[in-house]
Amino acid sequence: MGTREIRYFQVGSHAVGNRLLDPEQRTVQADPERANALTCGHRACQGCGEALGARYVVDAALRATAGRLVAVNATGCLEVFSTPYPETSWQLPWLHSLFGNAPAVATGVAAALRAQGHEDVRVLAQGGDGGTVDIGFGCLSGMFERDDDVLYVCYDNQGYMNTGVQRSGATPPGARTATTEAVGDAPGAPFGQGKDVPRIAMAHGVGYVATATVADLRDLEGKVERAMEVRGARYLHVLVPCPLGWGSPPALTIRIARLATQTGLFPVYEARDGEVTGVTTIRRHVPVEEYLRPQKRFAHLFSHPSGPAALARIQEMADRNIERYRLLGDGGAT
Amino acid sequence: MRRQIEGAKGVAEVVAACRPQVICAYPITPQTHIVEGLGALVRTGALRGCEFVNVESEFAAMSVAIGASAAGARAYTATASQGLLFMSEALYNASGLGLPVVMTVANRAIGAPINIWNDHSDAMSQRDSGWIQLYAETNQEAIDLHVQAFRLAEEMSVPVMVCMDGFVLTHAFEPLEVPTQEDVDAFLPPFTPRQVLDPSEPVSIGAMVGPEAFTEVRYLAFHRQREALGRIPEIAAEFAAAFGRDSGGLLHTYRCEDARTVVLAMGSVLGTLKDTVDALRDEGVAIGVVGLTSFRPFPMAAVREAVGGAERLIVLERAFSVGVGGIVSADVHMAVAGLGQLHHTVIAGLGGRPVTRASLRRMMLEAVEGRLEPLTFLDLDRDLIDRELARVRARPRSGPAAENILRDVGVVGARPH
Repeated sequence: MGTREIRYFQVGSHAVGNRLLDPEQRTVQADPERANALTCGHRACQGCGEALGARYVVDAALRATAGRLVAVNATGCLEVFSTPYPETSWQLPWLHSLFGNAPAVATGVAAALRAQGHEDVRVLAQGGDGGTVDIGFGCLSGMFERDDDVLYVCYDNQGYMNTGVQRSGATPPGARTATTEAVGDAPGAPFGQGKDVPRIAMAHGVGYVATATVADLRDLEGKVERAMEVRGARYLHVLVPCPLGWGSPPALTIRIARLATQTGLFPVYEARDGEVTGVTTIRRHVPVEEYLRPQKRFAHLFSHPSGPAALARIQEMADRNIERYRLLGDGGAT
Repeated sequence: MRRQIEGAKGVAEVVAACRPQVICAYPITPQTHIVEGLGALVRTGALRGCEFVNVESEFAAMSVAIGASAAGARAYTATASQGLLFMSEALYNASGLGLPVVMTVANRAIGAPINIWNDHSDAMSQRDSGWIQLYAETNQEAIDLHVQAFRLAEEMSVPVMVCMDGFVLTHAFEPLEVPTQEDVDAFLPPFTPRQVLDPSEPVSIGAMVGPEAFTEVRYLAFHRQREALGRIPEIAAEFAAAFGRDSGGLLHTYRCEDARTVVLAMGSVLGTLKDTVDALRDEGVAIGVVGLTSFRPFPMAAVREAVGGAERLIVLERAFSVGVGGIVSADVHMAVAGLGQLHHTVIAGLGGRPVTRASLRRMMLEAVEGRLEPLTFLDLDRDLIDRELARVRARPRSGPAAENILRDVGVVGARPH
């Protein structure tokens, strides 16, 4: 799928209506024939970023593969809220095995399809950040290293939300979780920890790696479509705010995801064969406070004596990302 | 045609003849020669239409097998010891989902202390994983059991473990007959999955089940294994008719008619037991052997029938449950409940310690003469135990027990026999 220059007719908005685009350029979700792979009736919370992200990802993957798709799911919110026995919200073949093995199960599905000559059927694996960066990391690394024909999608809500908001290897510094309480001298999650799995995927030489958020759903769809054009291991890391775990109003899910990108804390980029090939630059650069303040998990940063120092460190992280990925573009803010 | 080959090679060849479509391999002694052999057969093109996946752990090996089986492929892997434990969570998942994976377990001890030699601690630890467990007495039976295992697994939609003693069988060279491709094809139809991930007919597999139905779903697993109790001897009989060999089934009896004492065991130790019994029979001792092939499902009725006529029952086990004693014994005792027999559990051959005819003979005579304890560790070196216990009493920081004992023995590493 290509992109094209859009002329903005409305001032103060970055939204582009589908009616301004050629039919083939319109979003998958605007298509009345969309797969609607994750149907209504699932039990996600109001404002769940993961449910939104998963629907866009799976529908886009289904369109890209003409419906020839199998999904493998790690244990976690997405699995639990989509398949309470005897109901299922999935409209495609879907397999849940364990928390830590989705990449390996997907490898098995892909191998079985190849052995049976069904190479037109593609495999999508998905999990949350706990299932991806922590407990499933060994299997993920193995799948990357073997270059198995699997698109793995991590819906990153930065913690173990299904079990009650505990810290994961993707929880940001300073964030309050049930296992990094906002108490003591250094409240919240410690600094200097955590994994940057997109970069780890790039270090494996994975053919296609991208990050995205639910703030830019057309970008997310496009990345899924481009990922499906490639054979071998692919990795997509999607930031999905969790109103429950982040203590943010459900109505702000999209805005908070956008603020994560506009501060530079969550860089949105694409990489091929280990090299960054495209970056979504920041439109309206804002300080990290603007992203952190609406989230109760960071509330202590604005009341505790250690708050200013912590905020400065978080700002440094954002600045480092801006520099590393040139998030303000070559000529500064656009 | 019988050829002088290694047990592991025979297993690799027969698994290839079963036409697996996905094989996942992670190396662990003493399973390695099996997956090496299969890897070579895929590379040379002798085994076509098969994906050979080198995975990063046993947990991944079983997970790949789960995905492959759910996508409609005949899936196989092999492991042992720590590897079996590492895949434990996935074992329960494969059986819970009803995926007919077949796996060879080259039985080996579990550490600590780390030990690469044979006993049954690994497979016994997965007793309740929902897998069918078949134990081979000989390499020929191990080969034959694999053909039957795929048939059984796929008919019942239950995963099957074929257990064969590490080194004792896997690394032994002997004349073995590997069934021909043609004969295996005639015996083993292509895999028709009960459930499959197919875009033209989408299903969700692996849903969350709460208290409202969990018991029923789990009961069905129990029910399938109970059904397998009927199918295992039928498949063995069909195998015997097709291949002319008596392999598999629930159990085998040896010289049990009129036996007043019966020894029940599993695996390769049965050969030594039979030789020992032959000698005792020549001396007029009424003793027989029962070789249990199917440990899961456990054939209660068949065991009761096989050993119920004896006055004295000895269960010889190559594993034990710390804090209790025998593992197989518990099930055997349930099978013969109310018969008023004398029961003995003998733990033998742990960590590869040879189970010799001399030791077995001594133990059996003690039993017959009423001198055998209810629970015995065969050939236990009591002196070594007492010395370590004395050290523990003497000093709070007595050091690591295994290293202390090795120092007493005077070797570092394996004890020579």
